[in-house]
Amino acid sequence: MKLVYFAWVRERIGKAEEEVDLPADIVTVADLAGWLTSRGEEYAHAFENPKVVRAALDRVHAKPEASLAGVREVAFFPPMTGG
Amino acid sequence: MGFAPTIRIQQQPFDTAAETALLTAGRTDIGAVVAFTGICRGSETEGDISALVLEHYPGMAEEEIARHVVEATERWPLLGITVIHRHGRILPGEDIVLVVTASAHRQAAFAAAEFLMDYLKTRAPFWKQVERPDGSAWVEARADDDAAAARWRES
Repeated sequence: MKLVYFAWVRERIGKAEEEVDLPADIVTVADLAGWLTSRGEEYAHAFENPKVVRAALDRVHAKPEASLAGVREVAFFPPMTGG
Repeated sequence: MGFAPTIRIQQQPFDTAAETALLTAGRTDIGAVVAFTGICRGSETEGDISALVLEHYPGMAEEEIARHVVEATERWPLLGITVIHRHGRILPGEDIVLVVTASAHRQAAFAAAEFLMDYLKTRAPFWKQVERPDGSAWVEARADDDAAAARWRES
């Protein structure tokens, strides 16, 4: 699965994207965020307030409880500030 | 949707007058055009701004804007839509975003332009970093922008 990061989530993790092999018990967006948090300080920093970090599955906004089944690209980013 | 909307994410500046003229050229059914331009300010309450740097999610940005363009055409009888959003480094006084809506009558054009801007602010995957003389910081999302977008879901 491809993970992509934007804005301060990208800065805190220290990379814009990566490929990961997920354990079988990682089923939802929230599971994935929790699993990433356990991978190191930079991830823990990015997800220190998990409610603030937003996600998109295959380029569509997704809630924490959304299923990762069949998803190819997961994005994590802060609340959007465009316009 | 009876027309092809124009949606562009680009680094270079845009020409509001030219984009508006393109939307109405050769047509006699359009009675109202609203063009909203968002511009980079040179200062805010926190102090002077040297520049804004806009990051975006390529692919999703276009797709997310397109989803809201479709929704706008389902809500209002529109005859044309152009949305252009810049990314990269933008200096005070430069344009950031353009929304142009065309309709037979003004109400639909005004409402659709406001709807699209409210969603661009809160749902389109763009992030602003503000450069100040003493350093740079990510712009925080504003609660009143969320409230502005949420009111379209009421009633």
